[in-house]
Amino acid sequence: MTVSPFQRILFALYIAIFFVYLLGPLAVMGASAFNTPEYPQVWPFEGFTLDWFGKLFADQDMMYGLKMSLWIGLLVVCISVPIGLAGAIVMTQITPRARSLYYLVVVSPVLTPGIIIGISTVVFWRQFTGQTGTRFLYDGVILTVFGQASFISAYCMLIILARLQRFDRAQEEAALDLGASYPQVFFHILLPFLKPALFSAAVLAFLSSFENYNTTTFSILSEKTLTTVLAGRMRQGTTPAISALAVIIVAVTVLGAIVYEILKRRADAAAVQRQRAAQAAEEEELAGTPSPAPA
Amino acid sequence: MSGIGGLTLTIGLPLIAALVLAALSAYERRTGTATGPGFFQRNGLAIGLYLVVAVGFWAFFIILLPQLAMVDMSFRPKLPPAQMGGPKDLYTLENYRYFLFGSTTSTAEWNWIHIKAFFLTIGVSVVITAFNFVICYPLAFHMAQSATLARLRLLLLLLIIPYWVNEILRAFAFRVLLSSGGIINQLLMGSGLTSEPFDFLAADIGLYMGLSYAYLLMMIFPLYNAIESLDRNQIEAARDLGAPWWHIHAFIVMPHSKPGIASGCTLVFMLTAGALAAPLVLGGPRTLWFTPIVYDRFYQAFNWPQGAAYALILLVTCIVFVLVVLRAFRLSLGEITR
Repeated sequence: MTVSPFQRILFALYIAIFFVYLLGPLAVMGASAFNTPEYPQVWPFEGFTLDWFGKLFADQDMMYGLKMSLWIGLLVVCISVPIGLAGAIVMTQITPRARSLYYLVVVSPVLTPGIIIGISTVVFWRQFTGQTGTRFLYDGVILTVFGQASFISAYCMLIILARLQRFDRAQEEAALDLGASYPQVFFHILLPFLKPALFSAAVLAFLSSFENYNTTTFSILSEKTLTTVLAGRMRQGTTPAISALAVIIVAVTVLGAIVYEILKRRADAAAVQRQRAAQAAEEEELAGTPSPAPA
Repeated sequence: MSGIGGLTLTIGLPLIAALVLAALSAYERRTGTATGPGFFQRNGLAIGLYLVVAVGFWAFFIILLPQLAMVDMSFRPKLPPAQMGGPKDLYTLENYRYFLFGSTTSTAEWNWIHIKAFFLTIGVSVVITAFNFVICYPLAFHMAQSATLARLRLLLLLLIIPYWVNEILRAFAFRVLLSSGGIINQLLMGSGLTSEPFDFLAADIGLYMGLSYAYLLMMIFPLYNAIESLDRNQIEAARDLGAPWWHIHAFIVMPHSKPGIASGCTLVFMLTAGALAAPLVLGGPRTLWFTPIVYDRFYQAFNWPQGAAYALILLVTCIVFVLVVLRAFRLSLGEITR
């Protein structure tokens, strides 16, 4: 492969521009959180301050929204992961005649614009709860969880399905032959095999729920989440306190990513070590057993 | 779906689906096309019930019935709650007529503002999708085919950080960047290119940049996944045979990654056309974008049926458009969501 120095420089330049485009706006916004002026600005830098972080934490609405966002995120994880798991298992068992229709139905929320999911959720539950006398279910938090669960469950299903397709059904049959019951197979063989996918699905579900705005703004009714409070603030005008919030979110994300990276490296190293130990044990065993004497 | 009919449908539809599936399974068992244990035999009663209830609730109460309720509402007149389901609650095309011709009291022939905003939304979404594809493709190719593992991990990390900053804040970043006292205008004026701050937001440049930025990663990950599965030997072989670089991309890499390209483009297009956060934060009062109009039907005009009709017009147009484009490239929806 021959690449001229000119091409190499051109490509490096492209990468640099791409990441300036990707990270630059966030960096500028982040910097404005530490500048003193009332309006978020980076230049001229009039003085370093941490006041905007204080103002952010003193903001009652914002803190309430944050609390609700965390709650809704947890509820969405509790609903979407089990639904995604069931969806993936059914996908592998449903008759091929119905499979493509089923697939179309459950994956469609991924492609549906968020506002449409939000609107339809509100319209349906308003009528349904009115007709069945279950008005207590017509609540911003519950509707938001349902609305978000529609597409987040589909994300979870796709993640779990990818791993499920590598599952060897012989394991299940072996356990059944050895006298295990169906729930035992499910809890002791299938779930442990799917654990990494379930974990990824849970993380993705929480983060997708936490950052969602398009669906939430409709389904939240009179309640508030962090994103709807933010959108309201944005209409009134902007302060660097909003930038301060972005700084915190970026910091938490980077921290989370680093922790994940370290854990993954450690797990990889442990796996390599285990493999080596197993190999050594196997060799030892082979060396220990008397090999059949050549005739 | 007001009245008794709606409730019957709500309960009847899942039941009919369950019956059809059970009948299909019994039929296949009799004709011998399906073998092995039945559904409840294979999963056990408890787990079988969990699967049926979870998937049934999701497919019907979270996905299908709400969509049906929205379609139904879009064909109904705006009525006070007391009259819903009453004699005045008849099906009508009024909400769709309004989109085309506007209020019956207005003198204009067509509802130009809404129609213009609608087509502008679709057109700009197409341009943004194409733009995102062009700027993401080289990086995706580099990550998938030539980057070392350490560099790949770094690039992935850098890509993921902005993804978890929510859409509102990402749009806000552009507002800080492009405002009249923002750093871009400072640079422009400092370098003597302009003497007055340029109003990027009023010119909608801020909105279009913010929209492109918001869904950049929805493009890069499907592209990366698709290109990664290409065997590198194919590229080497083409190169050994003397193919110029653009031949390699046009005749080997792109055809191979067609499903990934289609899925990235579909996602970006649908998300851009349906975006609400960026237009709210970066749009001015004169900005033409369709989703804020839909939003206003609900929360300013308080005309929910009309809002439902507008939302449906957007959804159906987007779906038809995507299906036509996929058809032109000979791809099915199943391939791209995999």
